[in-house]
Amino acid sequence: MSRTVPKDDSSDRQSTSAAPARLEQIVLAHGGGGELTDELIRSQILPRLGNEILNRLTDAATLELGGVRVAMTTDSYVVQPLFFPGGDIGRLAVCGTVNDLAMAGAEPVAISLALVLEEGLDGRTLERVLESIAAAAAEAKVQVVTGDTKVVEHGKAEGMYITTTGLGRLIDGVSLGHDQVRAGDVVLINGSIAEHGLAVLSQRKGLSFASDLLSDVAPLAELANDLVRRFDGVRLLRDPTRSGLSGVVADLAGSSGLSVEIDEKAVPLAPPARAAAELLGFDPLDVANEGKFVAVLAAQQADAALDLCRQHRFGGQAAIIGRVTDRQPPMAELLTVIGGRRIIQKPYGEELPRIC
Amino acid sequence: MCLALPARVEHTDQETALVQMQGNRMEICTVLVGSISPGEWVLVHAGFAIAKIDAQEAAETWEILTEAAAELAGDEPATEDQPK
Amino acid sequence: MTEPLKDCLDRLRAAAQAVAGTIRIMEVCGTHTVAIFRHGIRSLLPANLKLISGPGCPVCVTSQGFIEAAVQLAGQQGMIMATYGDMMRVPGANGNLERARANGARVEVVLSARDALKLAQHNPDAEVVFLAVGFETTAPATAEVVLSAHRNQVRNFSVLAAHKRIVPAMLALLADEQVAIDAFLCPGHVSVIVGSDAYRPVVASFAKGCVVAGFEPVQIMCALAELAEMMAQRRPALDNTYKVVVTGQGNRRAQEMIEQVFEPGPATWRGLGRIDHSGLHLKRAYRDWDAFERFGLSPGAEVEIPGCRCGDVIRGVIDPPQCPLFGAACTPAQPVGPCMVSSEGTCQAWWKYQRVSA
Repeated sequence: MSRTVPKDDSSDRQSTSAAPARLEQIVLAHGGGGELTDELIRSQILPRLGNEILNRLTDAATLELGGVRVAMTTDSYVVQPLFFPGGDIGRLAVCGTVNDLAMAGAEPVAISLALVLEEGLDGRTLERVLESIAAAAAEAKVQVVTGDTKVVEHGKAEGMYITTTGLGRLIDGVSLGHDQVRAGDVVLINGSIAEHGLAVLSQRKGLSFASDLLSDVAPLAELANDLVRRFDGVRLLRDPTRSGLSGVVADLAGSSGLSVEIDEKAVPLAPPARAAAELLGFDPLDVANEGKFVAVLAAQQADAALDLCRQHRFGGQAAIIGRVTDRQPPMAELLTVIGGRRIIQKPYGEELPRIC
Repeated sequence: MCLALPARVEHTDQETALVQMQGNRMEICTVLVGSISPGEWVLVHAGFAIAKIDAQEAAETWEILTEAAAELAGDEPATEDQPK
Repeated sequence: MTEPLKDCLDRLRAAAQAVAGTIRIMEVCGTHTVAIFRHGIRSLLPANLKLISGPGCPVCVTSQGFIEAAVQLAGQQGMIMATYGDMMRVPGANGNLERARANGARVEVVLSARDALKLAQHNPDAEVVFLAVGFETTAPATAEVVLSAHRNQVRNFSVLAAHKRIVPAMLALLADEQVAIDAFLCPGHVSVIVGSDAYRPVVASFAKGCVVAGFEPVQIMCALAELAEMMAQRRPALDNTYKVVVTGQGNRRAQEMIEQVFEPGPATWRGLGRIDHSGLHLKRAYRDWDAFERFGLSPGAEVEIPGCRCGDVIRGVIDPPQCPLFGAACTPAQPVGPCMVSSEGTCQAWWKYQRVSA
């Protein structure tokens, strides 16, 4: 589980105030990491499986095992196509897992790798994916320590699906979470947004749209770990994957009980990503990123933290993009490029290209 | 309605053209604007060119083009800005 | 804020101050609705300027009956429904295309009508039906693929057409006693096709100012300033501020293509009812590509959704929060009416960008 659900519907006017609907049927948007995913978790999963740890719904769960604080995360990867500009399902699996651990303030140690392969999958495709996993694991300094392989009939699994579990060691003294966030904190992001989602979409069959965009998929543990070790004022780390920066910011307001203001001018967005989003009718704030994290930290440490990020190969375009305030009711707002204001909301979960 | 963006013509082929917008490319139909040439600009909606655009005016009208041009010219990128 | 934008905002504020009472400007383009909300333009407007989002979202005004027909077709064996993304979640009486897809129907999102035709050519054993929705901006594209299908005798392709014309709707709104509009922000890209002269009847018959504008925030703000100035000076007029792509006459080639394939006729606008001359129907010469004909469909009856006030919202009679369902039974995750479904719908835009001011 990698989404935080707004904690109290009655006081949180950002989240949907409607009671969760009876689940009739799964639709694609339930897997989109947006509003509908949240609803699925709230109405179906927590009531049956909830416990103190699960209920926190953090990117990675933190547990204590024999006196050692560990972080554990799990993810499935069903991306299509398997190879996309800038990456592939293998790299995505390693980086996504490692990044979830890093968001918990943990140093990634090991990952498990479960493969579901489609009958008829080309051998060379599997080789390429495995090579990519090996390279990504080496880059991220983790080992694949256990795994599983299943094969399903032709027509299922669209080539392959990958599921991982990640295990990491929590860095001493680090305690991250929405409850740590304070008014006056600043919001930092390590680089430009909206590249992964659009790069993948450009490869989708049937969409007559091609792009130079590359996925930003990258392992962020080294930088994120460094950040939390050096700066005790880091309150929270979140990676804006599915549901994009909007999702992270909306959650921040919803779960911290505080307000967030993001300065649109400050959000790094490269022209090709901006153009692609406009072409398809998407809000760049809603698009998935796989090589980015958002950090909320004490304002006094912001400049130094920014410097640290900018010296790292995955933080060159890092920027302070907003701040936390005690304005009530809790609201996530965008200060637009023209000085207007509007609310930032979690997306539905399936962003469809539009022409109107 | 409706979403339409300016794009630069890269290639033409009878009734279609390949256009690009900041590194994004689409194949579009040109029958609604008649003959166009590489280097010209068109307004694209739902895979069709619906109007021709003067290149200079395009740069002045659409922020995304002026921003991109500014970045190329080495102006300070938006990332440097800090919220007040 | 840029200098030109600030100048226009200043002009707007000055003009609004000179007008006693509320200025009600309607925009009739869903893309304007979204642009206004995304840039937070409402938060900058003077207190006595009320921006109403009218029936500019072609998805929102698509009749329930059309959706029913589409969903029904989608459920049939061997069908591929090709649709713009905008339509996927619009509710009909029997569900929507998203649900149909979840149930195994083949529903493909396309970015262009030509992609729909290509689907037919690449899937000779399937029947491809293209949902042709949109205003005059999008109608020429449909016309082109119908002509192409006809030329190349692509037999497994047809079009379920529900294109609409915006000017008849504007005139119908003005004739509606419940609706109070002072001026119109006219759609930029529809105007590329129909030409800015198309709005003359609005000015001539009803003395309402009309300004054609593009979608950049500065263009919208300056158009609003001009409309407010017209109000202050009691001098309603027609102006085109999007001359980079809009001419008085419009795109004649595109108009001819529309005329070749379609003829105007009555159309049902969800929330507004039947408006004469406001729809585009495939001419008999092209009935072989008319999905209504081919599959013997007629659009189902409009079903009243108890409590849904989408029609009042798009006529500008109420704001979304005044609808009893808004935020309670009707949210983007569980939309009741099309105004909440469509990303251009007033209710969804309101929900996403402007809900809740303390």
